[in-house]
Amino acid sequence: MPDLRKLGIGSIEALLILVIAVMVIGLSLTTSTFLTLPNLFDLLNQSSVNIIFAVGLLVVLIAGGIDISFAVGASVVQYLTALTVMRLGGGNWALGFLASAAFGFLMGAINATFIYRFRIVSIVVTIATFNVFFGGLMFLTGGVSIYDLPDWWMNRVSLITLKTSSGVADLALPVAVMFATVVATWFLLRRTTTGRQLYAMGDNPEAARRVGINIGAMHYIAFGWLGMMAGIAGLMQAHYVQEVVPNALYGRELDVLAAVVLGGARLGGGRGTILGAILGILLTAITANGLNLLGISPYAFKMIIGAVILIAITLSSGGFAKLVGSRFASQRVKAFS
Amino acid sequence: MKTSSSQRSAIAFVPADVVGLLGFLAVVVVAMSFASDRFFSADTFVSVAFQLPELGLFTLAMLMPLISGGFNLAVTFTANISGLAMAWVLHAHGGADAGAGVIILGIAAALATGAASGWVMGAIIARTGASPILVSLSMMIFLRGLGEFMTHGGDISGFPPAVLVMGNGLLLGVPVPLWIFAGCAAVWHVVMTRSRLGFATRMIGSNLEATRYSGIATTRAVTRIYMLSGLMCGVAGIVMLASFNSVRVGHGEAFLLISVLACFLGRVDPFGGFGRVVPVVIALVILQVIASGLNLLGANQHLATALWGVFLLAVMLLRWAWANGFFQSLVRRRVTASGGVTQ
Repeated sequence: MPDLRKLGIGSIEALLILVIAVMVIGLSLTTSTFLTLPNLFDLLNQSSVNIIFAVGLLVVLIAGGIDISFAVGASVVQYLTALTVMRLGGGNWALGFLASAAFGFLMGAINATFIYRFRIVSIVVTIATFNVFFGGLMFLTGGVSIYDLPDWWMNRVSLITLKTSSGVADLALPVAVMFATVVATWFLLRRTTTGRQLYAMGDNPEAARRVGINIGAMHYIAFGWLGMMAGIAGLMQAHYVQEVVPNALYGRELDVLAAVVLGGARLGGGRGTILGAILGILLTAITANGLNLLGISPYAFKMIIGAVILIAITLSSGGFAKLVGSRFASQRVKAFS
Repeated sequence: MKTSSSQRSAIAFVPADVVGLLGFLAVVVVAMSFASDRFFSADTFVSVAFQLPELGLFTLAMLMPLISGGFNLAVTFTANISGLAMAWVLHAHGGADAGAGVIILGIAAALATGAASGWVMGAIIARTGASPILVSLSMMIFLRGLGEFMTHGGDISGFPPAVLVMGNGLLLGVPVPLWIFAGCAAVWHVVMTRSRLGFATRMIGSNLEATRYSGIATTRAVTRIYMLSGLMCGVAGIVMLASFNSVRVGHGEAFLLISVLACFLGRVDPFGGFGRVVPVVIALVILQVIASGLNLLGANQHLATALWGVFLLAVMLLRWAWANGFFQSLVRRRVTASGGVTQ
């Protein structure tokens, strides 16, 4: 299978596609509701916010960092954006995107400053900023939600509406935004020198510095990109649920992080693909959806996801990936030599 | 490189950092006494003595992985699961009327559960070389899910009075949990300074590969570090069960941040390799005094969360400033001393 790798499908992606395919077939046979257009569209609508988060987080992971503050950061951005557009008399989509991307970039830049300028480990910085963002937001807002968002933000925008025998299938705006962010991140990582430099820094920061890569700029680009994506994801999440709740995204960072890592990104940097990240999110989303349709307790879901990731880590570094990847091994050697 | 050279010299002046932290403790106590006139009283110190052990046990559980250059994000949920194991044993054998044998069995179950989850983490980290952050994170997700699955988010309560004494009783005028914590801290101090494992922990934190090449069985050492960390989480789970008289998954989640903070305030190197138990214990007292003071001042719970985050950043910034200032003078000396030998 020589052309799989050219399409960007490595061994982990191939394995994920296989697992997802098995799950889809299994769920379509055991439940009558899974393989219907409304359910699939809902699955896509609900996953799109997480996928926007995931492509942003992927950039940081590739650059060798980690961030757990982005989800609560997105809540802060939601609040700031809501206050800004209301102060400016309503605003519109362009202003909303601009404001949330800018505020998001600012959140990322705060993290990047601590990590790069003051040489603090990124997990420690983001544990701290996680608490500062969340505690600060809850304290300053008193935990009060915003319901009276401007009309442009609240009103559902449907891309495709189909009436099927099992209900109305509706593809919403977040899916389109998700595609845009995925393409933009793909372009950044795969078609620009900046993207190659991010991979280089993640693999070996000292070597990257010595070949003349601007490490400081790379930190701001990686964390700023995640901040921007998180801001946009926050905008979409508020649009989808039609309110801004300060603790709505609390805990989301772990789900996204787990899924991205499941998709083959490595903590420590230098490895990870967009396709893998998306497949990771889809796998967890389909698992949740399937367990729900099968009537299994939602309490079991997190346990299963945690166990799946633990097993995936063990197998991917142990024997299974090598077993599956051995097929591609000869080519990989060629590509690297 | 930077931090390691500065840390090595800090070890040479051992009393200096302890004295510095004690001075900081005095400043905090005085500042809190001025901020609130109710602070400097016996009640405050009793509450500090009762609340310190929980935070302290988590910090000890965090300490060894941090010194070995790793991380254990699963501490709080490992403690919850251990508490659940003990509660399950107690309820299966008589609930509130359980005898001494059952209580000992319950304690053993809690410790075994903690150690087992730590062992699994350690084995995965040591054998696959996967990032400790990632492994402990997925273990945390798994344990939280397991706990929520078993309890469905509810509380489990109703324990024999002998268990509650472990959380709320006094022995020779000192709270029982404080005795437990003091014992654990002493054991940790001995392990870190006197045992082969303690030495291996510090070496692994400095350089895992070099340690392995010098003939230390690093796989076994790393597994044991996380197993001991899990065991300490088990102790924390027992103390939490006893002092709250209930087990709930998610209890003590906020301790994760503060335990990391205590380690770094207690001069553990964030890149691993250096750190001692005594300064960390003093740092713990400082943080608990601040926490009790904030409580007395009536600070909002969310404000306190944000302040802990700010405080962690401030501590790291101070360390950076200190290391950098120190580093510059050190470099000048070293360059002249070594001549061109290292080049």
